[in-house]
Amino acid sequence: MSIKETVSSAHSKWMDGFAPESDVVISSRVRAARNLEQFPFPHLLDEEKAAQVINAVREAVAHKEMVDRVGVLELVVLNELSPLERQIMVDKHLISLDLLLESQKKAVVLREDEVISVMVNEEDHLRIQCLQPGLQLDQAGQLVNLVDDLLGKTLDYAFMEKWGYLTTCPTNIGTGMRASVMLHLPGLVLVGQLGGALNTISKLGLTVRGLYGEGTEAAGDLFQVSNQVTLGQSEEEIISNLTSIVRQLLAQERVARQALYREKRELVEDRVWRAYGILKHARVLSSEEALKLFSSLRLGFDLGIVSDISTGLITELMVMIQPAYLIKMSGEDLPAYRRDVYRAELIRKRMGELNNQGV
Amino acid sequence: MLCERCQQRPATIHLTEVINNHKSKIALCEVCAREIQAQGFGLLPPLSLPYFLAGLLGHGFNAESLEQSDGPEIKCESCGLSESQFVKRGLLGCGNCYRSFAEKLEPLLRRIQGKVEHVGKMPADSLKSDAWLKNEIEVMRKKLKRAIEAEEYEEAAGIRDDIRRMEKQLEQGVSGNVN
Repeated sequence: MSIKETVSSAHSKWMDGFAPESDVVISSRVRAARNLEQFPFPHLLDEEKAAQVINAVREAVAHKEMVDRVGVLELVVLNELSPLERQIMVDKHLISLDLLLESQKKAVVLREDEVISVMVNEEDHLRIQCLQPGLQLDQAGQLVNLVDDLLGKTLDYAFMEKWGYLTTCPTNIGTGMRASVMLHLPGLVLVGQLGGALNTISKLGLTVRGLYGEGTEAAGDLFQVSNQVTLGQSEEEIISNLTSIVRQLLAQERVARQALYREKRELVEDRVWRAYGILKHARVLSSEEALKLFSSLRLGFDLGIVSDISTGLITELMVMIQPAYLIKMSGEDLPAYRRDVYRAELIRKRMGELNNQGV
Repeated sequence: MLCERCQQRPATIHLTEVINNHKSKIALCEVCAREIQAQGFGLLPPLSLPYFLAGLLGHGFNAESLEQSDGPEIKCESCGLSESQFVKRGLLGCGNCYRSFAEKLEPLLRRIQGKVEHVGKMPADSLKSDAWLKNEIEVMRKKLKRAIEAEEYEEAAGIRDDIRRMEKQLEQGVSGNVN
């Protein structure tokens, strides 16, 4: 499957994979920033030099050892993709918004299953990224490490013994590594304990942010937790610190869910079944409303209230309902209202309502 | 007088802000003043990461004071980035900038990272570029100096031997061999 095909589907192979702790942890991501010694950093690159960086990376990912040990990695220059296809890659968290600017200077490398991706000439020459379902920071870290080692055989990295890997922004220097997890925390949000938990986390050198919204009002109860410091801690320390804190959050979230379900069973069931009903039958859905409903549905699945839906499907639907993908699917630029109608239709289809009743 | 922010409505509120000993005054209309208040803090320019970095570097929140200062400004020999350019955007220009601005960067790194010594991964084949080797020699020379100052002569001798070995490697053209 080529990158072009990848972006035409909301589904990613990694969504089907083994996903430990997936009742709370949606995905784990590790990203390493690397720069090439002999080139200015991306913001100072002219087009010619940017192309040289891209070519150096193209060669490095095609290296035989890379193909043997990691797999086929396809590189595509961003302006070879349509603006819509680029936006879909953003919605899938494969590339950042920054990569969309000056797209003729930027490229993306992707393995077919979308587990490994490399952004070329974003803020740094290379941002090597590994995305895994569930809580698998160790595995993601190991894979990034391997890709980094193999790329390092061909590419000369900017590095100082004292300060480690040199990055465009001094906030990433050292390991150049950012490890993050996407967490679904409806239990803590509902019992009103999230604020305290997040406060504690931010004191432990970690950053928390709502995924689709602001602060603790995150749409869909999704939060991203990542390490703040990159210098003076080894890659293993960063990952084990984050993992242990996530495990504590995870335990608290489960306690909150169980307590809620025990004490307010009908209310929780009502919330889940309402979400189920609306998603299955609604005719107009904004993305914000859909995310909220998916959050309840996911909670229902994790508590065993609904069983005919998988977390992988919900994750896929969360990509599918983003504006760019809807436009891609419909083949035309839809105004907001038509998007909401089309979104509801897609969700109905995926949830099987159309099979039972027709339209 | 028109509001300095929107340039449309008359200015009725005069705001003074002091950041890092840098005093700034701005005249605002009521609408803009309310908006700024809603944002919590921060006049123009917006408080983005580069401005925080600039503040940490001790230049206030704009780079003008730096540009006007006497004496030659430090520039990176490799990419030509000047200190004031770094202060403006908070971004370094190339790997060598870290060597060029090392003195300025060290306290900054201590403040944003807490620590200033990398522990963790190193490039597997780290002795492959001349630039890298040159940098290492530079680092070793500083270590040598420290060892001598601390009168640890045994250690100093070891470091001196390492430096000689690395210099020899450099003369023979390490990267030439690898390529």
